[in-house]
Amino acid sequence: MITQYVEAASTYAGDIDQVILLIAVLGGFWFLAAEFIFFGFIFKFLETPGRRALYVAGEDEREMRWVTIPHLLVLVCDILIIVAAVRVWVDVKIEAPPAQNTVRIIAQQWAWTFVHPGADGELDTEDDIAINDELHLPVDAVTSFELVSRDVMHSFSVPVFRIKQDIIPGRVITGWVEPTAVGQFDIQCVEMCGIGHGLMPARVFVETQQDHAAWTAEHSDTSVAAMIAD
Amino acid sequence: MAEHASGVAHAHDAHGHHEETFLDKYVIPLDHKRIGFQYLYTGCAMAIIGAFMAYVFRMQLAFPGMSVPGYGVVSPAEYNALVTNHGTIMIFWVAMPVLIAAFGNFLIPLMIGADDMVFPRINRLSYQVFLLSAIVLLGSFFVDGGAFGGAWTAYPPLSAKAEYSLTPLGSTLWVLAVALEFVAFLLGGVNFITTVMNSRAPGMRMYDIPMVIWMIVIASILFMVSVGPLVAGAVMLLFDQNVGTAFFDPDRGGDPVLWQHLFWFFGHPEVYVVLLPTCGIVAEIITTFSRKKLFGYKTVLYTAFATGVLSFFVWAHHQFISGIDPRMANLFTVTTVLISVPLAEMMFVYIATLYGGSIRLTTPMLWALAFIGEFLIGGVTGIFLGSSGSDIYFHDTYFVLAHFHYTFFPITIIGFFAGITYWFPKMTGKMLSDRLGKWHFWGTIIPFNCIFIPLFVLGAAGQHRRIYSYEFFPELAADNLQNLRIFATYSMLVMLVFQVVFFVNLIVSWRNGKKAGRNPWKANTLEWVAPSPPGHGNFPPDDMPVVYRGPYEYSVPGRDDDYWPQNVPA
Repeated sequence: MITQYVEAASTYAGDIDQVILLIAVLGGFWFLAAEFIFFGFIFKFLETPGRRALYVAGEDEREMRWVTIPHLLVLVCDILIIVAAVRVWVDVKIEAPPAQNTVRIIAQQWAWTFVHPGADGELDTEDDIAINDELHLPVDAVTSFELVSRDVMHSFSVPVFRIKQDIIPGRVITGWVEPTAVGQFDIQCVEMCGIGHGLMPARVFVETQQDHAAWTAEHSDTSVAAMIAD
Repeated sequence: MAEHASGVAHAHDAHGHHEETFLDKYVIPLDHKRIGFQYLYTGCAMAIIGAFMAYVFRMQLAFPGMSVPGYGVVSPAEYNALVTNHGTIMIFWVAMPVLIAAFGNFLIPLMIGADDMVFPRINRLSYQVFLLSAIVLLGSFFVDGGAFGGAWTAYPPLSAKAEYSLTPLGSTLWVLAVALEFVAFLLGGVNFITTVMNSRAPGMRMYDIPMVIWMIVIASILFMVSVGPLVAGAVMLLFDQNVGTAFFDPDRGGDPVLWQHLFWFFGHPEVYVVLLPTCGIVAEIITTFSRKKLFGYKTVLYTAFATGVLSFFVWAHHQFISGIDPRMANLFTVTTVLISVPLAEMMFVYIATLYGGSIRLTTPMLWALAFIGEFLIGGVTGIFLGSSGSDIYFHDTYFVLAHFHYTFFPITIIGFFAGITYWFPKMTGKMLSDRLGKWHFWGTIIPFNCIFIPLFVLGAAGQHRRIYSYEFFPELAADNLQNLRIFATYSMLVMLVFQVVFFVNLIVSWRNGKKAGRNPWKANTLEWVAPSPPGHGNFPPDDMPVVYRGPYEYSVPGRDDDYWPQNVPA
């Protein structure tokens, strides 16, 4: 459903799409059933001269069965949906796998700064690579990210990864992603952050491990300390 | 309930029996029907303003950078102010005053057989505070820096600090207006609940109260219980903005997420505060026009209570990805998905009511049926957002926007048209034109779906909200998506044009419409016993109604008539 418009480019994107499909099937079934019966009743019981409406209180158990049985079935579907949703949620948001790469994502009015660890693989060292509006990630490796805001609420969203996380000033929020496809994708800020909220586009570049290593080596000599300090 | 309680008598004792001046009659009335009309007119005026805002920003989205006819070029700051205030106005200054205050004021005394509210003066004060709040909000567009543009949820620190929002006065006026509006509805709520509990006609037991009255009472209770934290939050935000406190300032030990909890602890029950009155209106209409008893009166009542109680335990589903402890999301997913159970049951009960009926597709009936059909879409799409796993993708996209318009449009707009077309004969003594009513119905319902179905698709395609132009996002600026935006905008223009039909119908029918008589729909509830339009005091003082049965005794076997008004002795 979603892949028709936005490709799935992370390990958990497919799982999220499956939850969406499950809800679409179960919800769609009940929706169509309810609308079918609803329109059926309207056309079947239109006013005709000489026919009087039935007197049904809907209070005794035999009549109420028409409502209580569907109602219990809805409950069963609800439980299926809850189980599926919670499983994916725990995978994406709670149980992060060990990371091979760490980046820091700094949001401010109205730009992104992406701090990559550089050749030594560690943040807050001399060779960190800080770039505005460009995030570089290796494919098929778990990247853990730290989200930081300098001013107001922002929200980090990459539709192809199916990841989204608000960024709160005064806190460091962590998350993870393992990209599965090489390419260049859209990063959005999805929390209203002031008049430039619509002007915070950024791109994520997912590269093969070799390309990413080459990119890191090439940029590691630009010292982040100087860029961040000012 | 031995005798009739009288609000009119109280009001008159202090008021004296002098001739009513224009001022008494239209500007500072005490009569519940006139106060209802004041709320109705103000709500309609605000709806037109809110719709104009929607027109401006939808034009900008369809044709970025164009000079919108009647407005001009939309800047990003103006765009934000327009979407923020469109949302604020439509919920707080349209849905609340029209569904609860206007219908509540007009209907409660009439439907319970009373001559007025128990506190007519508090009622009048409630409207005056409400009017003041509306003026404060609209005034914020004309101050230095312009109106607040930080979204209707007003998350700090953006809303708390002028250097972030760049609207120093606009954000203060926005919070002030919202706080005043809450005061108005607290006053109104006290009045509604007290009146229904104390002033019912002799013989009207709890289970004889018409469903719409129950729903307004439950909604008032929900509002009064949930609004306290947000009033406190609004005061804290005002202090943060103007006094230099740091409740929400993370640099000085505050917590911006606290506001989100206060806001949504109110904000989610608020959805049910406006939903329930419309569910009540729909119950009245479908029983009348299918000539059927409501299927399971007590079931509807209990599901409404259950929904109301559950609605206090779902608020954090708005905050799944907002940085709260992710384990909390599991809990709130369970409660949120479970709230579909009582609501689905209520919709099943309404559909079951149609079974075996003798259905007359009058204009109010079309609106009531449309509510059921359309609200089901809003309900089903909500499950995608209430389930934490799928919300990660859909959160803050146009899918959310389309979802809540599929709930709020049926609730507010369809509910309003259902109610106004059904009770117009009582309000004015004239019948609306059914032909114009049906033109207006189809001219609203078809474009409504054409506006918001494309927005579901855009949301699924990853389009995020509150962006004044998508040209900076290559994936979203693609032609196929832009065409959907243009289609939605054109559909909105068609819908807006058809609203003219409604206003023409209203004015022409009010002047020249057919006389309605007391009970044009052959309905059972007490308002149809009063003259159309009812005078001051509603019923003749020496002939106040007495109730003998429930409100939905239609097509009772063994009777000649297929209706049996509540006040007719057996």
